[in-house]
Amino acid sequence: MSVTGAMEKPKVSPLYDPRVRSVAYQVLLCAIIIFFAYSAVHNAAENLAKAKIASGFDFWNNTAGFDISQSLIEYSTVSTYGRAFWVGLLNTLLVAALGIVLATILGFVIGIMRLSKNWVVSRVAGGYVELIRNLPLLLQLLFWYNAVLKALPEMRDSFNLPWGSFLNNRGLFIPQPIGTDGFGLVWIALLVGLIGSFLFRSWAKKRQEKTGQQAPVFLVSLALIVGLPIVVFLARGMPLEFVYPERGRFNIRGGIEVLPEFVALLFGLVIYTAAFIAEVVRAGILAVSHGQTEAAYSLGLRPGPTLRLVVIPQAMRVIVPPLTSQYLNLTKNSSLAVAIGYPDLVQIFTGTVLNQTGQAVEVVAITMAVYLSISIATSLFMNWYNARIALVER
Amino acid sequence: MAVTDTQAREARAANIIAFVRAADQEPLPPPMATTGIVGWLRQNLFSTPANVALTIFAVLFLAWLIPPMVKFLFIDAVWSGNDRDACLVTAERPVVGACWGFVRERFAFFMYGFYPISQRWRVDVFFALLAVGIFWMLNLRAPRRDLGAIYFFIVLPIVSFILLRGWPLVGLPVVDTANWGGMLVTIVVATVGIVFSLPIGVLLALGRRSKMPAVRLFSVIFIEFVRGVPLITVLFMASVMLPLFVPDNWQPDKLLRALVGVAMFAAAYMAEVVRAGLQAIPRGQYEGAMAVGLGYWQMMGLIVLPQALRITIPNIVNSYISLFKDTTLVFIVGIFDFLRTIEAARIDPKWATPVTSPTGYAFAALFYFICCYGMSRYARNMEIRLAKGHRR
Repeated sequence: MSVTGAMEKPKVSPLYDPRVRSVAYQVLLCAIIIFFAYSAVHNAAENLAKAKIASGFDFWNNTAGFDISQSLIEYSTVSTYGRAFWVGLLNTLLVAALGIVLATILGFVIGIMRLSKNWVVSRVAGGYVELIRNLPLLLQLLFWYNAVLKALPEMRDSFNLPWGSFLNNRGLFIPQPIGTDGFGLVWIALLVGLIGSFLFRSWAKKRQEKTGQQAPVFLVSLALIVGLPIVVFLARGMPLEFVYPERGRFNIRGGIEVLPEFVALLFGLVIYTAAFIAEVVRAGILAVSHGQTEAAYSLGLRPGPTLRLVVIPQAMRVIVPPLTSQYLNLTKNSSLAVAIGYPDLVQIFTGTVLNQTGQAVEVVAITMAVYLSISIATSLFMNWYNARIALVER
Repeated sequence: MAVTDTQAREARAANIIAFVRAADQEPLPPPMATTGIVGWLRQNLFSTPANVALTIFAVLFLAWLIPPMVKFLFIDAVWSGNDRDACLVTAERPVVGACWGFVRERFAFFMYGFYPISQRWRVDVFFALLAVGIFWMLNLRAPRRDLGAIYFFIVLPIVSFILLRGWPLVGLPVVDTANWGGMLVTIVVATVGIVFSLPIGVLLALGRRSKMPAVRLFSVIFIEFVRGVPLITVLFMASVMLPLFVPDNWQPDKLLRALVGVAMFAAAYMAEVVRAGLQAIPRGQYEGAMAVGLGYWQMMGLIVLPQALRITIPNIVNSYISLFKDTTLVFIVGIFDFLRTIEAARIDPKWATPVTSPTGYAFAALFYFICCYGMSRYARNMEIRLAKGHRR
């Protein structure tokens, strides 16, 4: 038995050496990628030169020359493409932010309804989830826009809603609140309330860890965040005025005009995403084992505190990661706005700006970069949150 | 059981006290309030005041929603007609529901788009071949499913391409893809996505778990990039940037560009699904395969992937459902898919009535719902089947 023979490196041809092979594969892959990248850049330069299309980002400061139906910042036809980009981005973020808040509320309600012991309620929620999840979002958006909002009455026969609002096929018109003298104090009160409730919470937590006594954190926070601004508001003599929309023959003046495109997009996104969030919530609550609830009951906790202190904190651990990816989906899906003409980033940038400048590479690259940074920021947040709430095991 | 005379006599004979029962009394039936329909109602619908309120609320909601829908879709519906006059409000018919005559008349358009009428049998043959392939793949009891996979992933794409696109040598005139439309395009886009996303997704997933840094980096960048952007921008990239990246004289077909975009997008999502499956396979399986001397591809192909893909079937089908729904987005880059034919037909002046749009959307919803719900039922059945194997 030659022990030394086993210690010697077996002689193999380099063709069968895994390390040589691995290097060869990687070199091959890199070569292919470089070849494709090179030929793509080469062809693009040639094609662009032939079509006489400029390259580079100089167009950013050129005059856009088109109008945008909804903008949160000042914008007119003489503004630049760069300005149009910010308008589109803000519109995307607006619909995404509102959509996320509303979809979360609706999704949690539906998810909990689906777990209800009430047969009718759980079936209604189940039917909602099954129906909505199995229909394409684009179809739902077109339905809300073309079959519901466009079928509303004309300006002359608008629906009169409470508080002087109107609803017609040109959109929703609501009163605009304008803070008069001294309204700034209310904002300050809100800020103070937020800081105060945060401080109170950390104090209560410290005290509970030390003495075991609980403090009514929720009620105190509510009083600080909601109550304090209201008190200030009343004390200052209600410094708020409303500009009501006034209906003319063909037009409505004053107030806030909410575009039907915006309403349709928000509706579609909220209803669609809520169905997915409902499933996430249901799965999360079901993932908390029944033993946890029973243990809490046997310690003498009542159903309310059991849910609040035992079930929900554990369910959140399961819920949050998929919930974040649903938020991301909602943000990405808001790009379907282009189908119904809501001026979001994709509609303005890869639609109008691309058509006007013809600079496909730059425009698509900028748009993709925006969505990528939103995705990356969200996943960074998610990793941080996950690390914070992860199970600490011994 | 009642105490019989004989038993009583025996008991007396055995000197047992007569007024003590020798046998169990039969149990009383449960109270009426907890059994039958009443009990079910009480437990499920009216157990607490809050529950009663919820029930009433839900029932009111259903009463508000369902009867008008049934009325619109069936009772007031117009079932036939040749143009918009059939579905307009008239003096003798003050309420008009869904205009099914419109769907009936435009059905061929919804199905084939502008495909030449004399050649539409080719589309029908394609649908039949596809149906055979799907049945063969999905039915776990079908014979020779390995042949089925070859048929579905290799034979079918080639045959369908020749059949639909045309090949003058065998007597099939070429039909330009610009004339394709309707369900044909939706199903072609979905099928191409399904057929290509799985193999590419598997390769990407293996690449992401590979020990070679260059391969891993490439896979991670590709997957995270595609998953981080909306499908629309990928489609825009495919439709406006792809033509720039290829030589001037080789301009890819418009449908082909959209197909590339959809397949790339679906592959990135599939890669993550497959990766989850690969992670679920215990390390011992890899080590066992290596210990019996299998190479990388043998280990993956014979040991790991069959198990990993098997447990991910429900998730794979779920990602096919979202792929199927996402095919509607090709509409935005100007492909005439099923939803686009609905949009085109509904604004056609020949059929322009107030009820045309809701009818068109209801029909589209029915089509998509049947396809997607069918897939999700299949995924759920698979899940139950797979769980059975583990429970034993």
